[in-house]
Amino acid sequence: MKALTNKVKPVNRAPMSFMEKLYLPAIVHGMAITFSHIFKKKPTINYPEKKRPFSPVFRGLQILNRDEEGRENCTACGLCAVACPAEAITMEAAERESGEEHLYKEEKYAAKYEINMLRCIFCGLCEEACPKDAIYLSETFTPADYQRKQFIYNKQDLLIPHPKENPEAYQEALGNRANKTMVN
Amino acid sequence: MMLQIIDLAFILEKLILIVVVISASLVIAMYTTFAERKVAAILQDRRGPNRAGPFGMLQPLADGLKLFFKEEIIPDFSSKFLFILGPALAMMTAMMTSAVIPWGDVIEIAGRKVSLQIADIDVGILYVFGVVSLGVYGIMIGSWASNNKFSLLGGLRAASQIISYELAMGISMISLLLITGNLSLKQMVLQQQHGFYNVVYQPLGFLIFLICAFAECNRTPFDLPEAENELIGGYHTEYSSMKLGFFLFSEYINMFVSSVIMSTLFFGGYDIPFINEAAMFSTNVLAIVGVVALMIKVAIFIFIFMWVRWTIPRFRYDQLMHLGWRILIPLALFNMLATGALSLWMK
Repeated sequence: MKALTNKVKPVNRAPMSFMEKLYLPAIVHGMAITFSHIFKKKPTINYPEKKRPFSPVFRGLQILNRDEEGRENCTACGLCAVACPAEAITMEAAERESGEEHLYKEEKYAAKYEINMLRCIFCGLCEEACPKDAIYLSETFTPADYQRKQFIYNKQDLLIPHPKENPEAYQEALGNRANKTMVN
Repeated sequence: MMLQIIDLAFILEKLILIVVVISASLVIAMYTTFAERKVAAILQDRRGPNRAGPFGMLQPLADGLKLFFKEEIIPDFSSKFLFILGPALAMMTAMMTSAVIPWGDVIEIAGRKVSLQIADIDVGILYVFGVVSLGVYGIMIGSWASNNKFSLLGGLRAASQIISYELAMGISMISLLLITGNLSLKQMVLQQQHGFYNVVYQPLGFLIFLICAFAECNRTPFDLPEAENELIGGYHTEYSSMKLGFFLFSEYINMFVSSVIMSTLFFGGYDIPFINEAAMFSTNVLAIVGVVALMIKVAIFIFIFMWVRWTIPRFRYDQLMHLGWRILIPLALFNMLATGALSLWMK
């Protein structure tokens, strides 16, 4: 029968020679191979202590952004919800009252903003759709909880820490975004 | 009255020695399980246990604790007395062998010479063989009492395997005895201290002994009695909690003891190679250095046990029998005859 590909390797069915029948040379050879592995570098990373660096385009959990003075960027325009292919985002808009200028950047803001993390597929289309740089995908990636309802993240879960009141947490939440040069 | 005092001191000395040896071999067996996991990991480019304590040193404690807290299940259909007797016997026979091993030379405490050997009996080697062949009873009884076909298969395999390999082991031993001329382990060590190690005279005998020791300890490539993927764990399928722990533990103690015996018989026991240590140290230091030397040899043997385990796959059952009956026994017989003929000719 003609082989379909040229990758076929014939099996050697010749009877074993005396040296092969002894087994011991083969065993010693095998043991030499395993012994050489003692000196090889181990690919494992001790996970919680050490973390693998992310690729620059890594997409983790969403974060709602604030500007430098700590005002929320989001205007509840709904573009992210429209863009979301998994329909994970819902929001309710509200109008900014006078005296709330230090809280919200523009006249309209999101009174309620929820992302269902069980639906979210972390595609990043919300980040792309957002005209105000109000939402982006961070590097956090291992949420765990005991209840499903905990995975519907509300605004408090999503908002970045205040840059003035809590600058350290803010820098941490920014992650490698702080080093990136923003395009717009 | 004087006699009584001496006897008391003697009993006390032996009692302390027994406690030390038993607890030491338990601790060593414990850390052998840890070493096994570490060696396996290193040979496979992994890291191994490193969470419990510094470098994972507390891992064996955690494992033991886990086994103690597991639910104790005794199947309804088992015969309960034998079911409990099995692991107990396995553990006991594993520990008993250490009685005749010379762990070191004598130490002097308050003018009294204390030999670091629990019992220097004239038939040391025969005692070892007797106890080692008893070792399979624990496995057999345990597997039979489980009333489970996989357990029984494992037990059957263990029994036939140990019988097959004990023959070759015994015959290879005879050729060693032809050279040493006595059965006492202490005398053998003393002989090797002055001349060459027995492995020089008996390389083939040592090889056969090593292979048979692997088989006796049920270590890969001869771990057919517990072959996980064929027999779901073989003879200890029905066991749980610390009874399972006893079975697993006795395997490691067996490994330790057979390493000690191999170092004693073929590699000079507590003798330090290439050095006339008796001229260098005082009595007590000499004894301690000797124990350390023995332990280093044992550690090397244990590493070889593990190294082989993580290199060679398990034999098929017919291959195992073929190797035992048709290769090792004729080879051992040949070795015995050749040794006998040579020693006659040399005279």
